Amino acid sequence: MPDTALYAPATTEGASVVSRPDVTVTRAAPLARLAFRGDATAAGKAGAAFGASLPMAPLAANPVGQRAALWLGPDEWLLLAASGTVGEEVPWALAMTLCDEIATAVGTHPHALVDVSERNVALIVSGPRAAALLNTQVFLDLDEGAFPVGQVTRTLFTKAEIVLWRTGPETFVVECWRSFAPYVEGLLANG
Amino acid sequence: MTQQNRTPEGGRIDRGTPVTFTFDGKRYQGFAGDTLASALLANDVHLVGRSFKYHRPRGIVTAGSEEPNALVGVARSRAKHAGGEATPNLRATQVEIHEGLAAESQNRWPSLAFDIGAVNDKLSPLFVAGFYYKTFMWPKSFWNRVYEPFIRAAAGLGKAPTKPDTDTYANTYAHCDVLVAGGGPAGLAAALAAARSGARVILADEQAEFGGSLLHERGAEIEGKPAADWVTDALGELGNNPRVTLLPRTTVFGYFNQNFLALAERVTDHLAEPDPALPRERMWQVRAKEVVLATGAIERPLVFPENDRPGVMMAEAGRIYANRYGVVPGKAIAVATACDSAWRAAFDIAEAGGTIAVIADLRAEPPAALVERAGSLGIPVETSCAVTGVIGKTRVKRVLLGRISDAGVLSAGEVEADCLLMSGGWTPNVSLHSQARGKLDWQADAGAFLPGDPVQAQRSAGSCRGIDGLAEVLADGARAGVAAATAAGHAGEAPSFAATGGDAGGGWWLGAVPHDRDAARVRAFVDFQNDVTAKDVKLAVREGMHSIEHIKRYTTTGMATDQGRLSNMNALSIASGALGNEIPQVGLTTFRQPYTPVTFGTLATTSRGDLFDPVRKTPIHDWAAEQGAAFEDVGLWKRAWYFPKGDEDMHDAVARECRTVRESVGIFDATTLGKIEIVGPDAAEFLNRIYTNPWTKLGVGKLRYGLMLNEAGFIMDDGVVGRLADDRFHVTTTTGGAPRVLAHMEDYLQTEWSDLNVWLTSTTEQWAVIAVQGPKAREAIAPLVDDIDLSGDAFPHMSLREGHVMGGVPCRLFRMSFTGEAGYEINVPPSRARAVWEAVWANVEKLGGCAYGTEAMHVLRAEKGYIIVGQETDGTVTPDDVGMSWAIGKKKPDFVGKRSLARPDLVAEGRKQMVGLLTKDGKTLLEEGAQVTVERSPARGTSALGHVTSSYQSPAAGRPIALAMIAGGRDRIGETLHVPMPNGGIAVEVVQPVFVDPEGSRLNA
Repeated sequence: MPDTALYAPATTEGASVVSRPDVTVTRAAPLARLAFRGDATAAGKAGAAFGASLPMAPLAANPVGQRAALWLGPDEWLLLAASGTVGEEVPWALAMTLCDEIATAVGTHPHALVDVSERNVALIVSGPRAAALLNTQVFLDLDEGAFPVGQVTRTLFTKAEIVLWRTGPETFVVECWRSFAPYVEGLLANG
Repeated sequence: MTQQNRTPEGGRIDRGTPVTFTFDGKRYQGFAGDTLASALLANDVHLVGRSFKYHRPRGIVTAGSEEPNALVGVARSRAKHAGGEATPNLRATQVEIHEGLAAESQNRWPSLAFDIGAVNDKLSPLFVAGFYYKTFMWPKSFWNRVYEPFIRAAAGLGKAPTKPDTDTYANTYAHCDVLVAGGGPAGLAAALAAARSGARVILADEQAEFGGSLLHERGAEIEGKPAADWVTDALGELGNNPRVTLLPRTTVFGYFNQNFLALAERVTDHLAEPDPALPRERMWQVRAKEVVLATGAIERPLVFPENDRPGVMMAEAGRIYANRYGVVPGKAIAVATACDSAWRAAFDIAEAGGTIAVIADLRAEPPAALVERAGSLGIPVETSCAVTGVIGKTRVKRVLLGRISDAGVLSAGEVEADCLLMSGGWTPNVSLHSQARGKLDWQADAGAFLPGDPVQAQRSAGSCRGIDGLAEVLADGARAGVAAATAAGHAGEAPSFAATGGDAGGGWWLGAVPHDRDAARVRAFVDFQNDVTAKDVKLAVREGMHSIEHIKRYTTTGMATDQGRLSNMNALSIASGALGNEIPQVGLTTFRQPYTPVTFGTLATTSRGDLFDPVRKTPIHDWAAEQGAAFEDVGLWKRAWYFPKGDEDMHDAVARECRTVRESVGIFDATTLGKIEIVGPDAAEFLNRIYTNPWTKLGVGKLRYGLMLNEAGFIMDDGVVGRLADDRFHVTTTTGGAPRVLAHMEDYLQTEWSDLNVWLTSTTEQWAVIAVQGPKAREAIAPLVDDIDLSGDAFPHMSLREGHVMGGVPCRLFRMSFTGEAGYEINVPPSRARAVWEAVWANVEKLGGCAYGTEAMHVLRAEKGYIIVGQETDGTVTPDDVGMSWAIGKKKPDFVGKRSLARPDLVAEGRKQMVGLLTKDGKTLLEEGAQVTVERSPARGTSALGHVTSSYQSPAAGRPIALAMIAGGRDRIGETLHVPMPNGGIAVEVVQPVFVDPEGSRLNA
């Protein structure tokens, strides 16, 4: 299971996509997700309000408890947050609260903050064969030396765009747009 | 079931596990570990196929992937169970037998032994080089209808399957420091050296077992162990290293730029009952920092008359069958050679109990040690001796010998033999080096092309670069492995491997062997698979082909599945002799991917069926499917097309849906529209520059239709844009245009207007969109809206509100219309979209409304003259062309496409303009795409005025309506034009492109 407090496996029917001795693929429970854009100053203010600073190093992730800030580009971060109680409802209220708090903190410094909680869904890929399974469709080098724990990147899953985050030596999180999920799940189930 | 050619002992086959298989329906037995070729030879079956052009009987020639003749169709038990078909054109030398395997010979009818097509052999004087080019020239029209179908039917290999492939194929992306291609002594040494340096290594070999020549090398020792034992130990060491990936049965078939290599792994073909979860084959797409090519050398045939008869084989293949598979391929075996290695084949076979009838060496003085050893084994030896022919049609019966002297070739009698082993020496296998764009250097003293300086990060090792002798090959492999590892950042020292034995020795021959036969009557084959003879090559030169590339295409030599690895050097030598040029001047053809044939399944990998493309479905999709909707593909999306009720056909359903929307209310899934949230202090300025419309004065809570042009001034997309806040806009795009529009915007933002503080976020999937349209739309949604005043004054047409529906579901409610009726678009989170939809649906149903699909949507908007980008527009249409000059912000200093709109040809008279068309008879439905002309039956060559872009049966108008792009169309309103069709011209009246409520009063109802 994931090595962050953030992602919890969903408990809904069909949440277990792949269940083999050496690898599992499980849908993750919903999260609040915010797309943050802006310069370093804006990012600094946003991080303070969010509770997890926005990493400046490329491909870096900063998980803090039930928050995480993922570097996606020189002025782009994906902010993730779980509510205290695990549920199958999308935490709109949390997303809205975070939006308000961050917007207040950043103030008039130019930035963009957009709620994308419902746009993405996540899969947790875990087990000794996790990297090998992902490498059936992801062309990146997922050796731990090349893609260490904590690294996150936007990349391609054959014909779907994903965000890939290594949360543990044998655990990855795949974020994709919701309508691409059946494609990603289908290929993982066949891989 | 006799296996009469099997030795009593020896070989790497599992004699405890007999395997029954069939060939052309006849049952045979072999052992686990046999290839189809070795098992057939064990049963003394040499005749396995008919040749491509002449249908000559052919036998097994090699023991490897370069096999030209033994191409068979193989039905595997798994494929048979699944209803699949046989795989054609597999090389019997690579097919591992398993219980139940059924193989069929190809290119023969009615049977392999008696083949009607063999008449081609009698007509062979007709089928000379360039035959097709010379014969089937005239009349031209015959080519497609007569000649090509006939040639394809008569010549050919296996039959392509007609049913879908029942197997599955997998893909793996991999990275490594060092990829080693070839698992013989050089490759194993390289892999060991690189792995010991700490590098990540992939070792791939096309055979079932690693070891290459070491698997059939008798007497050779490495590190004091028999060679095969050393292989076992080496594989143990590599297998225990977690940074090493061993890939047997895996062909490195493509070497592409930036050290990107493609490998085909045969995963389950060799298994009788494979795990159903496993794929048939797996494609490996490897990015290697460094590559070691250890692909060995390939033995060269001798070109002598009748060298293609079944029973004639490569000498090393004979040695492999004897030592590795325990098969002596004949009762009396003759050996014809120009090099030392064939003598070893003779000795090994003799020691395995076979009878060597003669060793005929072209050289006058072969090494004395070999002659002496032959003497001690009782083998007759002939020197300065050429094989000049073979007697026997479907199997060698006697071998003709000739003595070479200054006076020419004189007959030296015949030898009884049912098998002839030949060797013209060794051709270094430079295919992958050549694929990697490496040049080749000609070594005249070795009679070989060797790898020159590499272009990519690769190096050759061992006999593929002309290194001879086991100890030297191992040392070369170790050196290459360490060099590769070091270059990849893992410095190390080359291990040394003490080795004895395994020397190949010297001697070689290139080109045709001299003979005393009637040159007009005999044929000596250069390329077995394509039936190209030495005479064909010479004829090509006489007819003016002076480059090897031309000779190759004229004769087809070297175009076989082995890409000429067997035939090229002999063809080149014959051509260079005929041209009187040195070999390097004649050149060598380029080796291309794939190294050996690759199945389409492996190339397609997992991209097939439902997973070929992502199939995007909205949260409403399942509801629509439950209601029996028909779907259409729009981009990657599935969209509900129409909702037939009862016995309705599409026409009836669409007509009902259209009527219902105009009379009461319809519900429509608009989720697939692209959505982009544009945020930042400069958001309005950004929109001013990207769209033709002005945005500065658009109030918060207001919507505006936006039109987007490309740099050339042509319409590229459109959509409704809403202002959520001073610095925040909700933009919609067409379904298919969403990615293109976002990329277009990002492009400008990043390259032209990096000064703007504004950012773009795709929110297409953040919101599901439920459109509710019709006079009763407000009634349908009002009970569900928590906190938005829907009254016409508070919430007029083209405005938006943020609020909630159904007790707390967040929503962005748009009041807008793409039907001409009053309407709303409810943006809600996808996770709750189905619940909201069903709640709205319940109200819609109560009000006598319906769900409608994209087809009704198209009709409703056409009745109002609303364009669809890509239907009315085709990338050459300006806003004015479609009557939308009103969408252009005249006072704006600039926007994308503005300058182009002033170009002379874009303001010229006579441009095509959007108009409506009504057929005069009021009944005929025009065809979309049909041309529009002035005359009813214009003369051939007359230019059309334009074409029909949209055409529908309009329930509201009670007649067919159409939109069209017509030259000077707006000035032709009221004119009668014609749409010429095969059954005669259709008269149409040009009208305004609005057929319903031209005042737009219904929008504000």
